[in-house]
Amino acid sequence: MASGLQLSRQELAAAYRRMRLIREFEEAVHQEFAAGNIPGFVHLYAGEEGSGVGVCMHLDDRDAIASTHRGHGHCIAKGCDIDGMMLEIFGRKDGLCGGKGGSMHIADLSKGMLGANGIVGAGAPLACGAALTAKTLGTGGVAVCFYGDGASNQGAVLESYNLAKIWNLPIVFVAEDNGYAESTGSGWSVGGSQSGRANGFGLPSKEVDGHDFFAVYEASGEAIERARNGGGPSLLHVRLNRFFGHFEGDAMTYRLPEEVPNLRANLDPIALFRQRVVEASLIPADELDAIDREAVAAVEHSVRLAKSSAPPTAADLMTDVYVSY
Amino acid sequence: MSKKSYRQALNEAMRQEMERDPRVIIMGEDIAGGTGTDGDQDAWGGPMGVTKGLRPQFGPDRVLDTHLAEISFVGAAAGAAATGLRPIVELMFVDFMGVCFDQIFNQAAKFRYMFGGKAVTPLVVRTMYGAGFRAASQHSQCLYPMFTHIPGLKVALPSNPYEAKGLLIQAIRDDDPVIFFEHKALYDMEGEVPDEPYAIPFGEANVTREGDDVTIVAFGRMVNFANEAADNLAKQGITCTVVDPRTTSPLDTETILETVAETGRLVVVDEAHPRCSMASDVAGLVAENAFDALKAPIRLVTAPHAPVPFSSVLEDLYIPGVDKIEAAVHTVMQHGRKEAAE
Repeated sequence: MASGLQLSRQELAAAYRRMRLIREFEEAVHQEFAAGNIPGFVHLYAGEEGSGVGVCMHLDDRDAIASTHRGHGHCIAKGCDIDGMMLEIFGRKDGLCGGKGGSMHIADLSKGMLGANGIVGAGAPLACGAALTAKTLGTGGVAVCFYGDGASNQGAVLESYNLAKIWNLPIVFVAEDNGYAESTGSGWSVGGSQSGRANGFGLPSKEVDGHDFFAVYEASGEAIERARNGGGPSLLHVRLNRFFGHFEGDAMTYRLPEEVPNLRANLDPIALFRQRVVEASLIPADELDAIDREAVAAVEHSVRLAKSSAPPTAADLMTDVYVSY
Repeated sequence: MSKKSYRQALNEAMRQEMERDPRVIIMGEDIAGGTGTDGDQDAWGGPMGVTKGLRPQFGPDRVLDTHLAEISFVGAAAGAAATGLRPIVELMFVDFMGVCFDQIFNQAAKFRYMFGGKAVTPLVVRTMYGAGFRAASQHSQCLYPMFTHIPGLKVALPSNPYEAKGLLIQAIRDDDPVIFFEHKALYDMEGEVPDEPYAIPFGEANVTREGDDVTIVAFGRMVNFANEAADNLAKQGITCTVVDPRTTSPLDTETILETVAETGRLVVVDEAHPRCSMASDVAGLVAENAFDALKAPIRLVTAPHAPVPFSSVLEDLYIPGVDKIEAAVHTVMQHGRKEAAE
């Protein structure tokens, strides 16, 4: 079993770097959106970094993930280029998707990132398909399906548990439960439990504290190893919190005023990670400080680049509809 | 070349493509049949027997029975297509798109565009359509206009066994998602079909009859009705050009406009409901681009704006028939004559 604290110093630094990049990325998107520089809808992952990074540390380019409308964190965790991402979110021609997808459809198939998704729960069947490809072609790859507590009520997700089970697919379902389906509490909207649902379909499950990178890393490692070794699908119920609203512009009146400040002060997965590795003398604080500065610089660079890049032209409107037509 | 049924032609297309390319897999409800039972593991070979014999030849890893839950297995086919397989998924009746349309039109159809041209989704959705089986409102619809409306999808409607094999092979080799419509009344239709594999390109109409007086554009099963009507009319001295577009997306607009320019009269035959149909689409195309060539108003022969009824009396009234096509041709031929005589 993979224990997080047995990670090498290099791996720990890599995990910290990715979480830090996600945080800086999302804080920057928050500011740029508020300043009117980003069109459309954006949904931020800040506060949930321990989940995406904890899981994706076990994955490589053979492996595929399906993501959600809250997909920036999964992208970065899976290794997508942050310049390409920022350009995409700004709607630029040189963005990861040529400016045609935006935040809700950001994808990089070459990295096994099958896309954020504007349809809640729709990624689960697609992830089953990626797992089927891996199984059929014998690549040794696995699929991970990220989705929220809201999506967990979609038929697409529940059907996918069953399909994954009967086809014995190499897939892990990661239910990221941030407590809110948009503005509706998951304690009210989810009947039964995530684990109970999985068990009902014959999938093993585990509940894990998503603020604790190490707990996510360990539990997901076990689930991914099971899938990779032909042991079939399983579910991880990750309890976590988002630091921003459902979407940017959400006044969050469904949350008490002290909730987010308390979360930022006490349940920040990056701060908890930092505290843990520094106390255990796994990485010195100044090395983490240096990573912090690199992350800030990298994201600032991506924003500068995005602001100065060209948008698509009229000639781009009708390309990429078909391979041939 | 030998005589084969539409069913056999489709089966042969899948068999030959599966032999050629190990990435081609098929999946669907009862596509083999018998999984999880002690009985025959190729019990049905699909509800109409179209995939019979493929499981014994290619095994359960490439011929996958699914559970009865279309969102997940149609979506899994889309996900598998985007990651390196070339799945043929059977959506038993096209009416069931009501269950799983999101995975087709919001997901598979849009991957390539949303992901900036980096996705390739070689997915084939084979599906059964059409009235005539006393199968009532939820197992008899056409619905191809709805898929035709969606950019990113291609839509094929083979009208006979030769077309069925060639268009299905093209669909399987095509790198875009294709919705492949099989009319349930055509499975036993026989015709000459080459034994070797061949692909019929999409977007190239087939002109099945050539005439001077009226162009009849017909879709799917209706092509056969249009041919019959044209043959009857020829005996009465009216000659028709019959156009089978073969695919509604892409649509061979050039052939349609050229033939209308020659005849000056158009009848469009579509088994779908009239509103936002292929009939209205082709009529709009011709009205916009060949108005000056028209000698008479365009006539549409379609099913009515009503669900497909169960009772055989009603269903027979519902389906556009050869007589209605002939009547429409007479109407366009008579246009202006009465006034001229007066």
